[in-house]
Amino acid sequence: MIDTLRLTAEEAMGLLERREVSAADLHAAYLDAIGRHDDELHCYLRTCDEPGGDGIPIALKDVISTKGIETTAGSRILEGYTPVFDATVAARVKGAGLSVLGKTNTDEFAMGSSTENSAWGPTRNPWDPSRVPGGSGGGTAAAVSAGLAPWGLGSDTGGSVKQPSALCGNVGLRPTYGTVSRYGIVAFASSLDQIGPVAKNVRDVALLYSIIAGRDPLDSTTAELPEPVELPEGDSLAGRRLAVPRQVADLEAIEPGVRASFERTLDVARELGAEVGECDLPVSYRYGMPCYYLVAPAEASSNLARYDGVRYGVRVDGATFGEMVDRTRDEGFGPEPKRRIMLGTYALAAGYYDAFYGQAQRVRTLLIREHREALDGFDAIVTPTSPTVAFPIGDKAADPLAMYACDLLTIPSCLAGLPGLSIPCGLSDGLPVGLQLIGRQFGENGLFRIGHALEQAIGFDTVPERLR
Amino acid sequence: MSAWEPVIGLEIHAQLKTRTKMFCRCPVGYGAGENTQTCPVCLGFPGALPVMNRRAIEWTIKLGLALECQIAGQAVFARKNYFYPDLPKGYQISQYDLPSCINGKMLLPSAEGDHMIGIVRAHLEEDAAKTVHVGGRTGRIGGAESSLVDYNRGGTPLVEIVTAPDLRSADEAKRFLQLLRQTIVELGISDAEMEKGTLRVDANVSVRPVGSDELRTRTEIKNMNSFNFIARGIDAEVERQIGVWESGGEVEQQTYDFDAATGALTARRSKEEADDYRYFPEPDLVPVEPPAELVDALRAALPESPAARIRRIEPALDLERATVLVTGGLDKLWDDSVAAGAGEVAAANVIANALVGAGVDPAAVSPRELARLVEARERIPRTAFDEAVAELGDPAFSADPYLAQEAVSDTSELEPIIQRILDENPGQVAAYRGGKEGLLGFFVGQVMKETQGKANPRVVSDLVRGKLNV
Repeated sequence: MIDTLRLTAEEAMGLLERREVSAADLHAAYLDAIGRHDDELHCYLRTCDEPGGDGIPIALKDVISTKGIETTAGSRILEGYTPVFDATVAARVKGAGLSVLGKTNTDEFAMGSSTENSAWGPTRNPWDPSRVPGGSGGGTAAAVSAGLAPWGLGSDTGGSVKQPSALCGNVGLRPTYGTVSRYGIVAFASSLDQIGPVAKNVRDVALLYSIIAGRDPLDSTTAELPEPVELPEGDSLAGRRLAVPRQVADLEAIEPGVRASFERTLDVARELGAEVGECDLPVSYRYGMPCYYLVAPAEASSNLARYDGVRYGVRVDGATFGEMVDRTRDEGFGPEPKRRIMLGTYALAAGYYDAFYGQAQRVRTLLIREHREALDGFDAIVTPTSPTVAFPIGDKAADPLAMYACDLLTIPSCLAGLPGLSIPCGLSDGLPVGLQLIGRQFGENGLFRIGHALEQAIGFDTVPERLR
Repeated sequence: MSAWEPVIGLEIHAQLKTRTKMFCRCPVGYGAGENTQTCPVCLGFPGALPVMNRRAIEWTIKLGLALECQIAGQAVFARKNYFYPDLPKGYQISQYDLPSCINGKMLLPSAEGDHMIGIVRAHLEEDAAKTVHVGGRTGRIGGAESSLVDYNRGGTPLVEIVTAPDLRSADEAKRFLQLLRQTIVELGISDAEMEKGTLRVDANVSVRPVGSDELRTRTEIKNMNSFNFIARGIDAEVERQIGVWESGGEVEQQTYDFDAATGALTARRSKEEADDYRYFPEPDLVPVEPPAELVDALRAALPESPAARIRRIEPALDLERATVLVTGGLDKLWDDSVAAGAGEVAAANVIANALVGAGVDPAAVSPRELARLVEARERIPRTAFDEAVAELGDPAFSADPYLAQEAVSDTSELEPIIQRILDENPGQVAAYRGGKEGLLGFFVGQVMKETQGKANPRVVSDLVRGKLNV
C-alpha cells in the first residue's frame, strides 16, 4: 500500500531502489489519488496515463513546455497548443528518470496569487477547499499537499512558488535567478521568472533542485552552480545568524496569527543555537511592489505579444490581419493578462519610459544593493512568506490591489534575484503559515541547512488535517 | 532662383552570411522549401529563448572596425515591439541605444578631393520573415485577401549601417554605396547583393539653399533595389522637394516608395510612421562584452580598405578608372599584371572592359599571361586577342598560341587591299578629303574586315591616312 499522503520523494525512491514497488505502481497510486480527490481540488489540467520513466512521478506546472503534452499556461489562448519540444527542466527531470504525472493548474500566464485567474477554473486548498491554494502555482502546491504528487515544479516571478507552498503547508524554493534554465517556460516576466521545486520537506526540494539546476546553453542568462547541491543534514543552528527586517514589525498587512507563528519560529531558531538580529530593507518594502508592478507587466506586455493567432493556439478570424490579432487576443486572454499588458504597454511607452520602466530599473538596482548590505554578517533574512493564511475563494478576485499585496513579502528578494525558501512553520486558525528564508546569490545550500534544522524542530505535519 | 544642395543620409541593411541564424541554429540560406529552416526559437514558440550567434557579433565588430568605428565595450540588445505577421515574437531583437559600433567614417575619394562620410552607427539585429500578400492591388497587407509567411528568412543576422547626412548628390550616394558594398564583400561577411535582398538601402533626403548649414525636414525613400534606382529615386525626390520649397510650400516628413518603372514616388500612409516601438533591453540576453584582445585581433587582420586602394592606384590611372577597378574587385589583378610588366592604363582598360565583358572571373586569371596579352594586344589580330581574353579564366591558359598569330603589318601585303577599298568608295574618299576625318575608322574597318581581323589596325590606320592625305 503506497500512502501518497505521507510518502516523500526520497522515501519513494527508496521503495523503488529496494524494488518494493515499481515505477508503474507508483504512477498508478498517484493517478488513483488524483482520481479520488482532483474533482474537488482541480490541481491538474491533464494527467498522463502511463509512466514516462522508470523513476518516481512528478507534477509540472502548466507553464512548462512538455513535448507532446498540451501546455496552456492556464490560458484559453493556448488551448490545443502541444509543444514540439521539452523545456530544459522537463528534459532534465525526464533525463533523471522521473515520470510526468500531469500538468498542474496555474493562474493565466502565472499572473496571480490564488490560481483563480486560470481560464480552466480555480484550484482549491486541500486544507480547506473553500479557500485558495495561493498562486500562481496553486496546482502544484495543492497536489503535493493532498498526496496527488510526491513533488513538483512551479515557476516563481514574484512569489508563485513560495506563496502557494506557504498557503498549502509544504516546502518551496525559488532559486537564485540564473541557476535554473527558463528555456521552454511560457514566459511571464523574463528578468524575474525562475523555475523552482515544491515538495513535502527540504531534502526533497534540495534533491529536485540538484536535478534541474545548472547552466543551459539554450538560456543565456543561466550560470553554472559555484558548488554542488548538498542534501541537508543535522539539527543544529549553532553559529547561524538570521536577520529580521526592521520593517516587518510595522507591516499591518501581516495577520496576527501569522505574526505569532513567525515569532514562535524565531524562538525555535534561537533554541537551536541561531542568533537572531535585525537588518534594514526600507526601500524594499516601500518601493518593491510598485517596482515589480512596472517591471513585470512591461516584460509581460512584450512576452505575450507572440500570441497573435498566426502560428499556434487559438485564432479568431477577422477581415484584416489587425482585426484577427485584436479578436484573437480579446477572446483568448482573460482579464488579468489584459490588465498587465495594458500596464506594461503604458510603462514602456515613449515619453513614459524614463518615469516608469527606467525608474523601476533604478529602484531595482537599489534593492539589489540594499539586500546585499542587509545580508552582510547574516546567513539569511527571515520573514513570513505570506502576510495572510489561505483566503476564501472569491475574496480578493474583484480587488487586484489586494491580490497584489499577497506578494508583499516575497517580491523584494525576487527583484534582487536572490534565492528564497518557504517552509511551513505552524498553523493559524487551522491553516498553514510559511516562513521565508532569503539567502545570498547561489546560497541555496545554506538555506537548505537552516530550513532542514528548523523543519526537524518544528515537526509540522504536512498532511492537511481533514485528509489525515 | 537660388541654388539648392541635397543633404542625403543612408540606412543600409546587409544580411550576414553566417552558417546559422542570429539567435538559433537554423541554417541561413536560400532555395529551401518554405518554412523548412525553422525551429521553436525563430518561430517564436512559447518559452523558446534566443542565444547569440558569436560569429555574427565578431563580423559586426569587424565591419565596425573597417568603418573606423568605436567598438562598444558593452553593447545591448533591445526588443522593438510591433505586430506584423513576419515578426513571430511580436518584437524584433535589435541593438538600440547601445549598438556594437558607433562614430565611424568612410573615405569616399572624389574628384574634388577626399570626402569623409560619417558613420553614425552599425548595429546587429535579426531579419524578419518573408510575407507574400495574396489578392488586393498593392501587393501589400492592406487590401490583401490573405497573407502567406515563409519564416526561413526570419532570424537571419542583419547589420544596419546608418550614415551621417554627409552625402551631397545622388551620384555621391551611389559611389558611396558601391564602395561600402565592396568593403562588406571583401570582409567576407555578406554577399551584399541588392537583387537578392541581401543588401537593402533606404535614403533620407532633404535639400537646403547652397551655403546654408540648416537641416530641413527630411523624407525617407524605400524600396529601391539597385544602385541606379537609388540614384534615380534620390534625384526625383530632390527635384520634388526643390519644387515644394520654391512654390512656397513646406516639405513634410514622409516615407516614399520609389517605383523604378515609372519613376514615381508614392507616399506611404503617415500612420505607419507614428508607431511607438516601446524599446527596452532584451531580458533574455546578456550584454555583448567583446574582450579587448578579440577586437585587437580583428583590427590587426583587417585588409587594406577599398578607399585606400583607390587612393593608392589613382596616380597611375585616374579616379574613375581606379574606382572601377576597386569597386569591381579587379584591382588586385591589375596590381599583379602591372607587376608582371603590363602597362598601367592599358592593363586597366583591358581588365575593366574586355575581361569583364567576356565574363571572366578575375581571380582565375594568371597576371603574367594577362600582362603578355596586354603588351601584345596591338601586334596580334583583334580576333586572336578577343579569343585569348575569353580563355583567360582557364587555369591551363597560355598566351603563346595567340601571341604567335602576329597581325599583318607588312605594308606590301596591305597596300593593294587599301588601294582597292579606296577605289571602291570614291564618295567617302571625297568626303574625308572635304573634312569628314571621322571616316578614317570606316576605311580601317573595311580593311580589317577584308583581312578577317588579321591586319594590325595601327599600321592600317597609318597607311590609310597616308594615302588619303596625299
